[in-house]
Amino acid sequence: MPTFDKELDARGLNCPLPILRTKKALNELAPGQVLQIVATDSGAIKDFQAFAKQTGNELIASHELNGEFTFVLRKKAQ
Amino acid sequence: MSTKKLAIIATKGTLDWGYPPFILASTAAALGYEVRIFFTFYGLQLLRKDLNHTLKVSALGNPGMPMPLPMPVLIQALPGMQSLMTVMMKKKMKDKGVATLEDLRSLCAEADVKMIGCQMTVELFDFSPSDFIPGIDMGGAATFFEFAGESDICLFM
Repeated sequence: MPTFDKELDARGLNCPLPILRTKKALNELAPGQVLQIVATDSGAIKDFQAFAKQTGNELIASHELNGEFTFVLRKKAQ
Repeated sequence: MSTKKLAIIATKGTLDWGYPPFILASTAAALGYEVRIFFTFYGLQLLRKDLNHTLKVSALGNPGMPMPLPMPVLIQALPGMQSLMTVMMKKKMKDKGVATLEDLRSLCAEADVKMIGCQMTVELFDFSPSDFIPGIDMGGAATFFEFAGESDICLFM
């Protein structure tokens, strides 16, 4: 697993809250810093891919373990 | 890359139909869109101060609503059924981690989603400006088109 600068616990939250919280958390990071998100919303896999694609923040890792989804995003350079 | 724009017309004032405009507006804002929502007719209820007590959900005229047990339409029309449905819907949403409408609306406001109330509807239903949350604008159809005409996505809900 890549290391991260900040972690966001989005477990138990449903669409669109994981994405909205992620956007907020990214705002507090500097470009190039890494955010790890843990979510339980099964729609999150596609949503995080779509979020990364549209915002330019790179999805470095994405995996599932026991119903929990972990995403690692690197904030895009300015 | 220029900023994408989303324009939404929100016309419905029930608890369930309040979700699509606020979910899509907040998400689009998170994706970098500039978003405006024009609230007209019953949609204006979504700008009321206390959403928790003003918005209800009804099974009447809505055969698509999943019911915990089969319920004849005449039973659905009994006094108190609408309140009961509303309480049940809110509980279900809470249990499933779905945000409240007030929370989603606040997230929209924080993300600079512009909310515009239809002036004509305000007068039609004798609303007062103090009925609504602060920070909204009032306008008419031409105000909507000023933004909608330049939008990339335009939705009627």
